[in-house]
Amino acid sequence: MHTTQAQHSASCIPREQETALRRTMKVAAVVSVAALALAACGSSGNDQPSGSGSSSSSGSAKKIKVGMAYDVGGRGDQSFNDSAAAGLDKAKSQLGVDAKEAAAVAGENEAARDERLQQLIDAGYTHIVAVGFAYAKAVGKAAKANKDVHFAIVDDASPDSKGDNVDQITFAENEGSFLVGAAAALKSKSGHIGFVGGVNVPLIKKFEAGYIAGAKAVNKDIKVDSQYLTQPPDFSGFGDPAKGKTAAEGMYQKGADVVYHAAGGSGGGVFTAAKAAGKLAIGVDSDQALTAPADVRSVILTSMIKKVDVAVYDFIKSAADGKELTGNKVYDLKAGGVDYATTGGKIDDIKSKLDAYKQQIIDGKITVPVTP
Amino acid sequence: MRPFDARRALLSLAAPVLALVVAFVITSIVLAAVGDPVGEVWKTILAVPKPRQTVNIVNAAVVFYLSAVAVAVGFRMNLFNIGVDGQYRVAVFAAAVFAGEGWLPGWLNILASLVVAMVVGGLWASIAAYLKVRRGVSEVISTIMLNAIATGVVSWLLLKVADRAQGSNSIQTRTIPESSQLQGFQLVPGATNRVYSLVFLAVLVGFLYWFVLGRTRFGFDLRATGRSESAAVASGVNVPRMVMTAMIASGALAGLVGMPLLFGQDYNYGTTFQSGLGFAGIAIALLGRNNAVGIAFASILWAFLDVQSNALQIQAGVAQELVNIIQGVILFAVVIAYELIRRADKRFEQSRVARELAAQRSSAPATEGAPA
Repeated sequence: MHTTQAQHSASCIPREQETALRRTMKVAAVVSVAALALAACGSSGNDQPSGSGSSSSSGSAKKIKVGMAYDVGGRGDQSFNDSAAAGLDKAKSQLGVDAKEAAAVAGENEAARDERLQQLIDAGYTHIVAVGFAYAKAVGKAAKANKDVHFAIVDDASPDSKGDNVDQITFAENEGSFLVGAAAALKSKSGHIGFVGGVNVPLIKKFEAGYIAGAKAVNKDIKVDSQYLTQPPDFSGFGDPAKGKTAAEGMYQKGADVVYHAAGGSGGGVFTAAKAAGKLAIGVDSDQALTAPADVRSVILTSMIKKVDVAVYDFIKSAADGKELTGNKVYDLKAGGVDYATTGGKIDDIKSKLDAYKQQIIDGKITVPVTP
Repeated sequence: MRPFDARRALLSLAAPVLALVVAFVITSIVLAAVGDPVGEVWKTILAVPKPRQTVNIVNAAVVFYLSAVAVAVGFRMNLFNIGVDGQYRVAVFAAAVFAGEGWLPGWLNILASLVVAMVVGGLWASIAAYLKVRRGVSEVISTIMLNAIATGVVSWLLLKVADRAQGSNSIQTRTIPESSQLQGFQLVPGATNRVYSLVFLAVLVGFLYWFVLGRTRFGFDLRATGRSESAAVASGVNVPRMVMTAMIASGALAGLVGMPLLFGQDYNYGTTFQSGLGFAGIAIALLGRNNAVGIAFASILWAFLDVQSNALQIQAGVAQELVNIIQGVILFAVVIAYELIRRADKRFEQSRVARELAAQRSSAPATEGAPA
């Protein structure tokens, strides 16, 4: 039975199919030869750009070349990375520095971060800005191995990234959050407000702590709902508007009338929920009454501004002036590193009260906690 | 029989080569369509790796290899263990906590942690195995859900045990004692970084995989169950028990996936630990056709693409994620190519049999003469 079947199909099919197969093989052969040829010229050609890059860096001493290593999301995330990018853009237009940008891939290996920094260094970039605490160890290692290159790291001041040629940039997010917390409490009619955190990490807890402290300073009986969208290592809470919307909807339904988000890209969902409920929301990182989609800007009471752009620009500007920044620089209220936004005019009536709190924090009369 | 095997070997080599060519062509079309520099991209990806990058490729391949073998154990008996991703994360977390406590000195600590990882990975997989055997729940569904649960469990526990350095924004388990940190081997001349010491673990696992599945009664039973369950039952295999064993073995191997990273690079488990390794393992096992050597080549290819892609943003100005397209197309093409080759092989086989039969009958006056 087996043999007759075989015989049958063998005598029946061959012509067309076999020629078709032969044709495919021929095409494949041609393409593979082309691939090999390309591969060959690729390997021979590549040595040139990296070689010329490193020689130019040693040739022109004072010229600053900035390599940016963004966190996941990179330029265009409308949040944290974009804020850093804004600082770089300012440096480009005002100081005329050369820049190269690269972004992290979600869930990548530690070695991939090391490699990214090293690639920038190999390409002749003299000043490397690492955006995000994930780069802490990588910056520490690269700084030790490349003493003539200067580094800045945003959001980390740990011993991991410490070095003579490292500018550790951190922010007093709790202080800025205190002010928007006070604003929320002053504007709340129900005595009930909310906080939506992107991912439950210490950094975001700092926002929550300041926010609660600020609200309680105004109204010590105020009710504050807090919710985190995801738990690490799941970082999708920083980029999932649907999750932000669900969380905020729940808070508005329970009676909250102002919700502050520290959830990066998920914040868009919080604004949508506020719009639908006819309530208010507070933005984060940049002045979101300017950066959020036009149709939801009307619900944004204020924003807690974290001036990553200023810090990045400072690092580059200072280097251009011949003074490299090193050590931990804390961008707090006093240094103007964090602030609240007034765009939209919704808090004009309470501005004097907020500024009074601001002054008290600057003077050290109020110490804002960093953990809730 | 001899020349026949040579042809078959050539055919099985043709599949991956064909797949690579197809991936090359399709990616080039995609690049050209969106206006990215095609030549520049290939030049970057196909450049000869620097010594440092070679080390990274080997290291990444070691981890991929372990993951792929874990998946392949299931594949060999038709079990789709999609849960390697969750299993390795639960396991590496448990091992990191255990190793971080440093109850045992040096190497003993490492060996004990490997056992802990295997046990925890196996236990986690045994949930899916139990559900399949006792409740008839498809392992695909249960392992996917267990992945999500693993994320939740690990992040919750991580917050409980978190060790946070002053000024740091990342959270992680306690760093393992220095006596248990592996420094790696200086295998590649001129490289500043080192190959993971646990590279030998991958070699050992590969050997055991080949030996147990190909050379033992157990392996035969396992493969038989995968090919035909009824035939296996007929030959006296206890299928439910086989499912349990294979799934747990797969999970135990998955437990080893994070070990080279833990002991050779990160020294703790935290928010910046590499993720998504389990899914890479599925792709690599498919590409390597569940064969110990095939998987090794597939892992190296995957690692090569991953590491080389890091330069894409810097050298070619193209997003690094492009490499995911390449990997995806390779996978697609290779699955299709294997099927085409299988059919072509069958046809050759059929025509050979037909020819032989015709030759046997050639004593009779009328010959049919199959077309060559």
